[in-house]
Amino acid sequence: MAILINESTRIIVQGFTGKTGTFHAQDMINYGSRVVGGVTPGKGGQQHLGLPVFNTVKEAVQQVGAEASIIFVPPAFAADSIMEAADAGIKYCVAITDGIPTQDMMTVKNFLRRFPLKKRMVLTGPNCAGTISPGRAMLGIMPGHIYIQGHVGIIGRSGTLGYEAADQMRTLGIGISTSVGIGGDPIIGSSHRDILERFEEDIETKVVVMIGEIGGPQEVEAGVFAKEHLSKPLIAYIAGLTAPEGRRMGHAGAIISSAGESAAEKVAALEELGVTICPTPAAMGETVAKVLARM
Amino acid sequence: MDIHEYQAKEILTKYGVKIAEGGLAYSPEESVQRAREIDGNIWVVKAQIHSGARGKAGGIKVCNTHSEVKAAAEELLGKNLVTHQTGPAGKVCSRVYIEAGIDIVRELYLCFLIDRSSECIVMIGSAQGGMEIEELAETNPDAIKKIYVEPAVGLQDFQAREMAFALGLEATQLSHAIKTIKGCYRALRDHDANMLEINPLIITGSGELIILDSKMSFDDNALFRRHEIAELRDKTQGDPREVAAGDHGLSYVGLTGDIGCVINGAGLAMATMDMIKLAGGEPANFLDVGGGASAERTEKAFRLVLADEGVKAMLVNIFAGINRCDWIAEGVVHAVKNIGMKVPLVVRLSGTNVEEGRRIIAESGLPIITAGTLAEAADKVVHARNEVIAEERRRESIWQS
Repeated sequence: MAILINESTRIIVQGFTGKTGTFHAQDMINYGSRVVGGVTPGKGGQQHLGLPVFNTVKEAVQQVGAEASIIFVPPAFAADSIMEAADAGIKYCVAITDGIPTQDMMTVKNFLRRFPLKKRMVLTGPNCAGTISPGRAMLGIMPGHIYIQGHVGIIGRSGTLGYEAADQMRTLGIGISTSVGIGGDPIIGSSHRDILERFEEDIETKVVVMIGEIGGPQEVEAGVFAKEHLSKPLIAYIAGLTAPEGRRMGHAGAIISSAGESAAEKVAALEELGVTICPTPAAMGETVAKVLARM
Repeated sequence: MDIHEYQAKEILTKYGVKIAEGGLAYSPEESVQRAREIDGNIWVVKAQIHSGARGKAGGIKVCNTHSEVKAAAEELLGKNLVTHQTGPAGKVCSRVYIEAGIDIVRELYLCFLIDRSSECIVMIGSAQGGMEIEELAETNPDAIKKIYVEPAVGLQDFQAREMAFALGLEATQLSHAIKTIKGCYRALRDHDANMLEINPLIITGSGELIILDSKMSFDDNALFRRHEIAELRDKTQGDPREVAAGDHGLSYVGLTGDIGCVINGAGLAMATMDMIKLAGGEPANFLDVGGGASAERTEKAFRLVLADEGVKAMLVNIFAGINRCDWIAEGVVHAVKNIGMKVPLVVRLSGTNVEEGRRIIAESGLPIITAGTLAEAADKVVHARNEVIAEERRRESIWQS
């Protein structure tokens, strides 16, 4: 099972022939992901890493049955690439690109809403490490070897903090069904809540870990959803206890700009909603182990 | 990125909004010259710093004569103004804006911003301007009107009218109000601004609608296509360490603690700082060296953190994903040798090629403290910091006796 991607998902890489695209496409292929080609406008018809290059995403969908795409296109052109994927009928897209203008993402989200829900492309990111269903497929830039296959779902904004969580779990022998990086930008494709809904439907996922941070209303919205609809335990850690108000902590979205956006306030709200709080970032593995032991 | 009031006004006037007559000055003499050019016999001298609530901090002075203008400019120029938005360090005023005094009948509030929840632009208005919106939201939330704008369609006349009526404007003021509201919206959209706040928007004795103060903030990610905005950056308004970090492509936020941090990834950086706090310490900074973390970047990051003389101990926490721990270890060893560190350093490496990385650190012969886990790293750095402080106290007491 797992969510969003598995061993049979047919993947294309947008920005395929660039340096970053090439490096990570090779890494995904080595991991065992089913990469079927890539898109670089103007280089259609060529072969790259032994796979076909297409001028447009539409061609990739028609000729090699592309279902999922990963975007390594520079910030100025990334929004356009995401919309092209959605228009071509790609089902799931991961945008790795960091630095896409917020108003461009506003346009992207607006464009996606034009599609009826059933035909709407799922987008995660931008500014994320991607998604991995360990042992099956990797659609991202993470070090695949730190994830072992299992029953814990992970949702997180940050790349390296997500690695830290996976690594703590691996040390304790805890495996992961799917880990989804949703990205650190203010406007992103899928929220914590959107991904939580998918984990609820996945029979393989027994527990979900949400790794949040300061800024925005998303973690609490996911907590509200969990209280009403989630049949599995939800564990949360919120980073940024020491973050001062009004200062951007690296991620464009990590800024406390209104009430309820600080780590302490989010933790209090989530506790109230019955979410298990992971007290420190060093205790993500043990907190999951404790919850699993009670099941 | 933030800009000054006068810069925001320059942008807005291109969209047909009205502002009071005014001019910029860098010296008291220039201030008097600007006042001479402005009609009337009341002038307002306004400190240009990147902060609201300047009035309360003494940054806005009403003057009745040219000599008062000169005295006000003399007082403000070069002064450090502290408001609740600047933090305790305050912000230095290096330019003043001289504006014609206006007969104010009513003060209104108008703001446009990108709303994360609705993923569109929200227009916020209130007939009760002048005070801060956060304060109003607490005391009288019903007095605040919010209108969401569909980004693909843009702000429509009916929405501008709805806002104008919510602001309590009269029929005769309507057409100019619509022009002002739509002009502000366009200014935000055309320049990739995240926020445009007009506080106050005023109605004058003659019934005119004038923007009296304006604050604009821009999306850093869009500056590559907004060169005219990027040029407005005033580096004197930023923390010098943050400005230096930005010049090196590093993300740095100065804090008040004494444990320096070099970490890769924003989320892991925040989490590591949380661990330091939970272990009883206080971080001196947020610093994300990014995914690459080459030897050169590592050294720049070290120099930046150590430029803060308050730093008593330093923690490096790197989770190597794309990167490899052995490369990072070499970068750290290189940086320590080049810089000649005087404070204890704790290094925690994790991820790809971690054993090799640890071996390089161990064999370097440098006094680097290593840690295996996040918790251990935080404990060790707080312990090292406490020993430095204890040693300082011991020396102080010996010296005193």
